[in-house]
Amino acid sequence: MLKIENLHVKLEEEDKVILKGVDLTVEAGKVHAIMGPNGSGKSTLSYVLAGRDGYEVTEGSAQLDGVELLDMDPEERAAAGLFLAFQYPVEIPGVGNMTFLRTAVNAQRKARGEEEMSAGEFLKVIREKAKALKIDADMMKRPVNVGFSGGEKKRNEILQMAMLEPRMCILDETDSGLDVDAMKLVSEGVNALRDAGRAFLVITHYQRLLDHIKPDVVHIMADGRIVKTGGPELALEVERNGYAGILSEVA
Amino acid sequence: MALAQRKSDALTARIAGLDLQVGDWSEAARKDALSRLAAMGLPDRRDEYWRYTDPAALTAPAAPAAAPSDADDGALVFDSIDRLRLVFVDGVFDAAASDDPALAGVEISRLAEGGALHWARDLYGTLETRAQTPVARPLATLNTAFARDGVLIRVTERAVRPVALIYRQGSKGSDAILHHCVKVEAGSELTVLESGTAAARVNCVLEVDIAEGGRFHHIRMQGRDHDRHALTHVFARLAAESLFKSFTLTANGRLTRNEAVIEILGDDAVAHVAGAALGDGDFHQDDTVFVTHGAERGESRQVFKKVLRNGATGVFQGKILVKQGAQKTDGYQISQSLLLDEDSQFLAKPELEIYADDVKCSHGSTSGAIDETALFYLRSRGLPEKAAQSLLVLAFLAEALAEIEDEALAEDIRARLENWLTRQEASAATMDGDAPEARG
Ligand SMILES: Nc1ncnc2c1ncn2[C@@H]1O[C@H](COP(=O)(O)OP(=O)(O)OP(=O)(O)O)[C@@H](O)[C@H]1O
Ligand SMILES: [Mg+2]
Repeated sequence: MLKIENLHVKLEEEDKVILKGVDLTVEAGKVHAIMGPNGSGKSTLSYVLAGRDGYEVTEGSAQLDGVELLDMDPEERAAAGLFLAFQYPVEIPGVGNMTFLRTAVNAQRKARGEEEMSAGEFLKVIREKAKALKIDADMMKRPVNVGFSGGEKKRNEILQMAMLEPRMCILDETDSGLDVDAMKLVSEGVNALRDAGRAFLVITHYQRLLDHIKPDVVHIMADGRIVKTGGPELALEVERNGYAGILSEVA
Repeated sequence: MALAQRKSDALTARIAGLDLQVGDWSEAARKDALSRLAAMGLPDRRDEYWRYTDPAALTAPAAPAAAPSDADDGALVFDSIDRLRLVFVDGVFDAAASDDPALAGVEISRLAEGGALHWARDLYGTLETRAQTPVARPLATLNTAFARDGVLIRVTERAVRPVALIYRQGSKGSDAILHHCVKVEAGSELTVLESGTAAARVNCVLEVDIAEGGRFHHIRMQGRDHDRHALTHVFARLAAESLFKSFTLTANGRLTRNEAVIEILGDDAVAHVAGAALGDGDFHQDDTVFVTHGAERGESRQVFKKVLRNGATGVFQGKILVKQGAQKTDGYQISQSLLLDEDSQFLAKPELEIYADDVKCSHGSTSGAIDETALFYLRSRGLPEKAAQSLLVLAFLAEALAEIEDEALAEDIRARLENWLTRQEASAATMDGDAPEARG
């Protein structure tokens, strides 16, 4: 589903190279996890895939079902089925959560030539999904992420994902800031979306999340590259011994 | 003196073609205005108060030409609101196009019919005169002297419908001078709506005198016509426990200067002035506001938001003056601009002058670009760039729009704004989308 080849990325404004040849393939129906030390380039990879400004791709490609993502605008990538749950969800004062999400759902549907969701239907669906994530109606009326606690912001990201039903979901440290119960809720939300036509790329520092969302493949990223790929046991090794062993072994 | 000579020459040229109406009830006020005007001369760029806005087009002998907009296209402003419509074409009242001015608790007369109205005689030019210190406003004085038409409204109850002043432009070079007076008697309430382009150039004065416990709301839509020039003054005087709220949406127009001079004379009065401006291209919009607190426990708010692009200019000059003895005053002032490109500019001069020791006053002014992080977040959820931008623009304007108390009116204006922004999304290539419809 997602195929990243030899991706090199530098900052647009300065001569700083962040991704130095990332190779990664995620098949439909699978959950891949990426772990790696702080500053190794995990969030940068997710931003570049989502289409954020400020980065320059100097080499390589990233395709979603054979279509080059890197040529598209962020909204086109979203309509094509890519979703990024942000490590730091953005607060947008003055824009209501509900308005925003309905506009987003319908913009994507329109871009795909599908029929728009009626206000009534939208309300019904979102109520149900918000309830499952224990997001109360009051929060939905507030401006996007404004005054939300760290955990509420993360749950809101998952709600957006549930509403938008993307095919390729990238979760950047969605577990950070979540309490134990919220982690379960979020994981259940993610697991409910798992199916043969959908894939997940889960960026995390902790095994805890992977206890709930069982990965098929685990990648270790270091200094802008995927340096090691393995099964779920790789995450357990990181949990026990940190990165030192793995990094010296591949160096 | 060269300066004085230049100013009085400009005045002579400007009023050469104007007739001083004599022989009716307003004669004394007009003559008084003319003599005050002769002493002031006309303003020019060298005046401190006109530093950011060149008044040349407003003081020129003839109105710069502006094509009237096509009267048949688009929805009409405030059309969904049940209102009493008074129509002016090129600044002259059009009785045939207007509703029968019958509204319970509201007496409406044309400016020329003020002879029997003691209150009108007392009010006409009075607040304008009071507003001449500490800053001279000669163009308002010119208006008092030469106003051609207007309405006189006295409110004695709570009006069930707003009075809508609907302006239409009939000809290309029309030059309108309108002067309205509103007397809000104790405990009564009225909403006045203004919309449309009065003329190629308009000089409009609104004097509002609010007695104890009276409430006055003013909602104004200035838009649509790219080339028109407008200068407006709202003068308000507030007695104890009265309320004054004014909101203006300006979208397009080559030059617009909206002045508001508000004097709180009674305790516990509330005065809010707000404005939202959307400027695109050859657009210069100026809000100049002066609020004086002369009594205790007064509350005032000035909320101005401007969205500017393609070289548009926004100006804000706002002052809060708290006089000695005006204890427990609560004054707030905010002016902000959202600059959508680097060619546009916002010039702000916020001022506080306080002579009482127990007051709460704050002011702030900011100027910034669109929040790129927010924009990306919205786009990453599938919103096209222009739609995401519109959403952020509306969010930016929200604090000013929140000043409109009436929900139906607020909704009408919000819908119009959204409509305008959507149309701009559609015509993004030219960046010259239509402004919201602002005729009657
Ligand atoms: N816009 C930027 N300006 C300057 N440096 C940047 C920018 N974006 C990323 N970097 C740098 O690139 C490197 C990779 O950052 P990135 O956020 O991708 O790391 P990460 O793997 O997500 O780390 P963490 O685990 O702490 O979230 C860091 O050294 C970071 O400081
Ligand atoms: Mg990160």
